[in-house]
Amino acid sequence: MTKKITAPLTHEVARSLRAGDSCLITGTIYTARDAAHKRLCELIEKGEKLPFDVENSIVYFVGPTPAKPGQAIGSAGPTTSYRMDAYSPSLIKMGQTGMIGKGKRGKEVIDAMKEHGAVYFGATGGCGALLSKCIKSAEIVAYEDLGAEAVRRLTVEDFPVVVIIDSLGNNLYETGRQAYLSSCEE
Amino acid sequence: MRNIHAEEITKIVRKLCIEANCHLTEDLKSCIAACRAAEPFPVAQGILDQIIENYQIADQQSVPVCQDTGMACVFVDVGQEVHIEGSLENAIHEGVRQGYQDGYLRKSVVRDPIDRVNTGDNTPAMIYYNIVPGDQVKITVAPKGFGSENMSQIKMLKPSDGLEGVKAFVLKVVEEAGPNPCPPIVVGVGIGGTFDKAAFMAKKALLRPVDTRHENPFYADLEDELLEKINALGIGPQGFGGKTTALKVNIEACPTHIAGLPVAVNINCHVTRHQSEVI
Repeated sequence: MTKKITAPLTHEVARSLRAGDSCLITGTIYTARDAAHKRLCELIEKGEKLPFDVENSIVYFVGPTPAKPGQAIGSAGPTTSYRMDAYSPSLIKMGQTGMIGKGKRGKEVIDAMKEHGAVYFGATGGCGALLSKCIKSAEIVAYEDLGAEAVRRLTVEDFPVVVIIDSLGNNLYETGRQAYLSSCEE
Repeated sequence: MRNIHAEEITKIVRKLCIEANCHLTEDLKSCIAACRAAEPFPVAQGILDQIIENYQIADQQSVPVCQDTGMACVFVDVGQEVHIEGSLENAIHEGVRQGYQDGYLRKSVVRDPIDRVNTGDNTPAMIYYNIVPGDQVKITVAPKGFGSENMSQIKMLKPSDGLEGVKAFVLKVVEEAGPNPCPPIVVGVGIGGTFDKAAFMAKKALLRPVDTRHENPFYADLEDELLEKINALGIGPQGFGGKTTALKVNIEACPTHIAGLPVAVNINCHVTRHQSEVI
C-alpha cells in the first residue's frame, strides 16, 4: 500500500510511518547536501537564523543538474546520506521531521530520529531523470555560490520514496535483506 | 606522421561527455533488463523497473541518467605515429568544460580537496594516456560518480592470502558498501601490479562491456564465481533485499612482485557510463 503524505511533515505523521512503507510526498521540501549542511550547522552553533523554516521540514539530499530550457529542474536523484551524519542530528533537534537520501545512517542520527520523532526516506539512487518529473518547481533560497549544492525550495507532487528507517529505529536495509534471504530458504 | 588538430579532440570530448551522461550503453541496458527478468523478489523488481524507466526517459529526452554526472575520466590511446597540433591536455580539459556547460551537466569538481571551492566547469578531467602503435587516437570518456567511488577499496594482500584472500576481500568490499553505492553495481577488480597499478586496472575494468568475459578462462571463471557469491549476499537493488546486487564483475590482472598481491575494487553503480570514439 502506498501512503500519500504532505510536506511540511508533522511529527505525528512522521511517527506513524514504518520502515518499508512506500510513500508519495506532495508539498514543499528543501534541498541540502554536504557544503550546505556545513553552513547550516555553523549558523546553528552561532545561534543565528536559518534560511528556511526547519520545523516540520523534509530535507532532500540532492545536488541537481542544471535545468534545460523548459525544465523545472535537471536530473535530481538522492546522494549518499552518511556524509550528512555529522550534521543531521542538529537539524532533527531543531524540528526537522524528514530526510530523503540513500544509504546507511549512523547511530547518532538514528538516536536523534527516535528521540525527536523523525523519519529517513530513500529515493531510488541513480534515477534522477525519473524523479525530476515529480518536482514541479525549484528556487534557490540560500548559498547560490555553491551551485548544485545551494539550498533550494522544491515543490513536489507524488514524489516516490520508501521509509528506510522509522522513528522507532526499524531499518529496511536489515529487514528487507532478511526477508529476501528467508524467501530463498523456503 | 598523421596530424590531428587539438580542436578536433575538444569537439569529440565535448560530445562524448554529453552522450555518456545521457545514454547508457546497449550492453548495460540489456544486462539490467535480463536481471529484472530473473529477479524473484517483488520489492527488487519494482526498483529495477524504476531503473529501466529512468534510463528510457534519459534516452528519449537526452537528460542525464543520474544527477551525479561525475568526474570526467578520460582514457586516451594515442597512436605513436600521430602528431597533435596544439596541446592535447588543454584540448581535453576544454572539451570537458564545453560538454558539461552545453550539456546541462553538473559541475562536481572542487579545486582542492581541503579548501573545496568548486571549479565551476567540472575541470580538470582525470586523464590517462596510453601510447599505442598506429596512427589513430581513441578517446573514452567515463564520467565517474562518487557515491560508488567512495565505496571502493584497495588492499595489499600477502602472497600466502592467495586466491581465497582475493575473493574474501572483494566480497568484504561489496558487503561494507551495502546500499550506499546504489546497487545493482558493476564491480571492477584489479589484481597484481603495484599499489597504483591495481587501482588503475580496477577502474579500467569498468570500461569493459558487461556482456564480455575475461579473455583468460581462469579470470573469466573467477568473474562468474564472484558475481554469483555477491548476488547470494541478498543486498539487492538499493539495498532493500533481492538477488540483483551486482550486474557484472570485471577483472583485470597483471604481473606483480614476489612479495605482493595487490587487490583493488572499484565500485560503479548501475549507471556505469562510458562512450568512445576513434579518430
